[in-house]
Amino acid sequence: MPGDGDNHNKMKDLSILIGGKAGFGIDRASLIIANILNQLGYRLYVYRDYPSLIRGGHTFSIIRASDRKIASHKNKADILLALNQDTFNLHKDKLTPDAIVIYDPDSAKIYDLSASVRLIAIPISKILKENNAPEIMSNSCITGAFCKAAGISWEILDKEFREDFSKETDLNLKIARHGYDGATEIYKITPLDQPKLPLLNGNEAVGLGLIKGGLKTYLAYPMTPTSPILHYLAKLAADFSLKVIHPESEISVILMALGAAYCGERVAVGTSGGGFCLMTEGLSFSAMAELPVVIILGQRPGPSTGLPTYSSQTELHFALNASQGEFPRLIVAPGDPEEAYYLSQVALNIAWKYQVPSIILTDKNLGEETYSFDVKAVPDVREEGPALWDRKSPYKRYLYTKNGVSPLAFVPEKDNVIKINSYEHDETGLTTEDPGETNKMQEKRLRKEKYIAEELKRYETVKIYGNKNSDTAIICWGSNKGVCVEAAEKLNLKVIQPLFLSPFPTLQLKNAMKGIKKLIAVESNATAQLVKLMNLYGLGADKTILKYNGRPFSVDELEARLREALK
Amino acid sequence: MKNLNTTAINTWCPGCGNFAILNAMKTVLSSLSDEGLPLENVVIVSGIGCHAKIVDYINVNSFYSLHGRVFPPATGIKIAKPQMKVIGHAGDGDAYGEGLEHLIFAAKRNVNMTAIIHNNRVYGLTTGQYTPTSPLGFKGRSTPSGTKEMPINPLELMLASGATFLARGTSHGLELLKKIFREAILHKGFSLVDVLQVCVTYYNMYEYYDKRVYELKDHNPADRDQAERKIREWDYNKDAPIALGVFYKKDAPTFEENFSGAGLSEAERQRKIEKIMEEAV
Repeated sequence: MPGDGDNHNKMKDLSILIGGKAGFGIDRASLIIANILNQLGYRLYVYRDYPSLIRGGHTFSIIRASDRKIASHKNKADILLALNQDTFNLHKDKLTPDAIVIYDPDSAKIYDLSASVRLIAIPISKILKENNAPEIMSNSCITGAFCKAAGISWEILDKEFREDFSKETDLNLKIARHGYDGATEIYKITPLDQPKLPLLNGNEAVGLGLIKGGLKTYLAYPMTPTSPILHYLAKLAADFSLKVIHPESEISVILMALGAAYCGERVAVGTSGGGFCLMTEGLSFSAMAELPVVIILGQRPGPSTGLPTYSSQTELHFALNASQGEFPRLIVAPGDPEEAYYLSQVALNIAWKYQVPSIILTDKNLGEETYSFDVKAVPDVREEGPALWDRKSPYKRYLYTKNGVSPLAFVPEKDNVIKINSYEHDETGLTTEDPGETNKMQEKRLRKEKYIAEELKRYETVKIYGNKNSDTAIICWGSNKGVCVEAAEKLNLKVIQPLFLSPFPTLQLKNAMKGIKKLIAVESNATAQLVKLMNLYGLGADKTILKYNGRPFSVDELEARLREALK
Repeated sequence: MKNLNTTAINTWCPGCGNFAILNAMKTVLSSLSDEGLPLENVVIVSGIGCHAKIVDYINVNSFYSLHGRVFPPATGIKIAKPQMKVIGHAGDGDAYGEGLEHLIFAAKRNVNMTAIIHNNRVYGLTTGQYTPTSPLGFKGRSTPSGTKEMPINPLELMLASGATFLARGTSHGLELLKKIFREAILHKGFSLVDVLQVCVTYYNMYEYYDKRVYELKDHNPADRDQAERKIREWDYNKDAPIALGVFYKKDAPTFEENFSGAGLSEAERQRKIEKIMEEAV
């Protein structure tokens, strides 16, 4: 490797593609490889592509390692780890000229490759049979072969396996050793001298952010791509003294959450578009009853069941407009785990300070992809509590106030009653149909929006990256941030990313767009939903780059489409 | 007796069976309060329908929920504050119809709460349509030539679902109703009282019920088989004697006992999150 310019660059940006049948442990192997590269000081991004089934099908992961923080994948493979024929057939065109292909000659036939590609054949199925090991351990075997080919010492693999496997550790290590010894060293990945960062996915970052923000109860009905938040928080529940509940439906999820919020519990719920459909009556109730709730809405392609295990940005207008009636709501769209961690705390604070629903828009890519997480990049957020009743006069749950926020009290309160109502109500919470009272209460609820917008001026609601002086900019939201920033740096463009979408940060966005002659919107939907929202505020984009097949943009793909749009 | 009135004007029809439920509930809450139950520990939760107005008429904590959604917020309240005495009022439309899944799960989980079902076997507030307990052939505004479906027997369904206290009363038997409400509220676990509450405007069954009801005597509510036989005696459809009283009672662990988490301090959370991040390196 030393002296080899091409290899030297590759060392700084390496893409490894591992593929096989679902149930082969592709996901696990990709995380182990990511952990190993993390030990060498690299920054990681792992893209997972899997179908909606439990066994079979074709699953693959792309592990990208770089010397700097990355949040996107490249449509190429420097190393291909093929556990079946599909992996080779479907991805051989992504191989770089001097790529390494590691495969089992008994399960994959290699063809049509340029002579410069280096092949490493490991008789994986034979090794498994000889050692009486189950099929899932093929991933350990190929991981061993990968480490040898990339010049990674056995000690690093050994340490990682011992940390990752709680059972069958010895057999996994034995199988990995066969793979390691059967391969040859092609080059040596250079260890980097920089502090190691934790590896987290967006779902874990949301979970940790909610906990940091004072979450007491989490409720969800399983649905991709947010079920991992439910699993993660259920696992952490005992340690963090949380209540984590899986009720009978999304309708029950949000209504139970409102019962808990009534008692003063900071509560959040998670779902995807289909589950959010069921939650809309509860969302409207939370607005009318002024019960704070945080909703994580993980987007995936629709309409209907759509592509359950893929990603989209199709629920922006759904989140903005869901439910009957008119009421303020907070909507945030984190672009990476750091922002997910940060905005989950902010969403809880705003929900409780203003007694409104807060929606965190994520998607499958942000939720399930693994990133190097830099906590130093996250602004510090302290838990901010609600305005509380001063006990000076009998309690009125819906007291009229200047900013529309009625001080809270929680049951039980001696000699006072706390009445919640889904009907229009008076200050005490009793039902009313009086026209004057209706006007006043509706105006009280809507007034809160102005004060939320005022408070948001303290926050960086719109972020800017890339060449800040460029008169050409990309506008993006959510998980497209990473790929847009990387492509923009290559093309010397500016990137504008609104983090808050409701209340809409019109002024900050206008400021960010000052001097821009050409604005290109990049979105993972077919109708440019952010542009439509901008249009409502008298703003717009000159061009759109849209993708709606459920797959994320790769850096090279976006770069090509930007070049086209810039012509 | 405590004054549990509010300033809300009662808008039920004269003769409505809901008055009996309101009076019985106020009397029972007042006497329980005299015996030491802090009234601030009571929350009544309702669905949407004529029955639900009861939350406006009793001066205790209340949660006026959505149609069919009595049990989820009631469960949320119990999990957050197990010391609260939660009483859910629901109509037959919302408990046995739109919110049936929640009712089954509340019973299955044995949430420690009481469900009072105002079962008038007709939709009142939406002006006269059939409900899940209307008899076969019921002529309502949405079924002018009569329903073509059998009613469900809600008590049989609840027994199968795991409810640990099942009773029936009528709005024409105030003293028995008070006795049953009291026992249901004091029961530890999921208690359900199906009240044959008469809608004088759309389905006046006073005379029908008066001729057929009788109070359970020599009945052992701990005997599940006996309870099942008595529950099946009348199927909410064909003519049969209609038993009133407590059919079934059982001791069992309650759902909210499983959730003790009260959260950690901000500093403690921070420390533990840092540890997780270190482990994720």
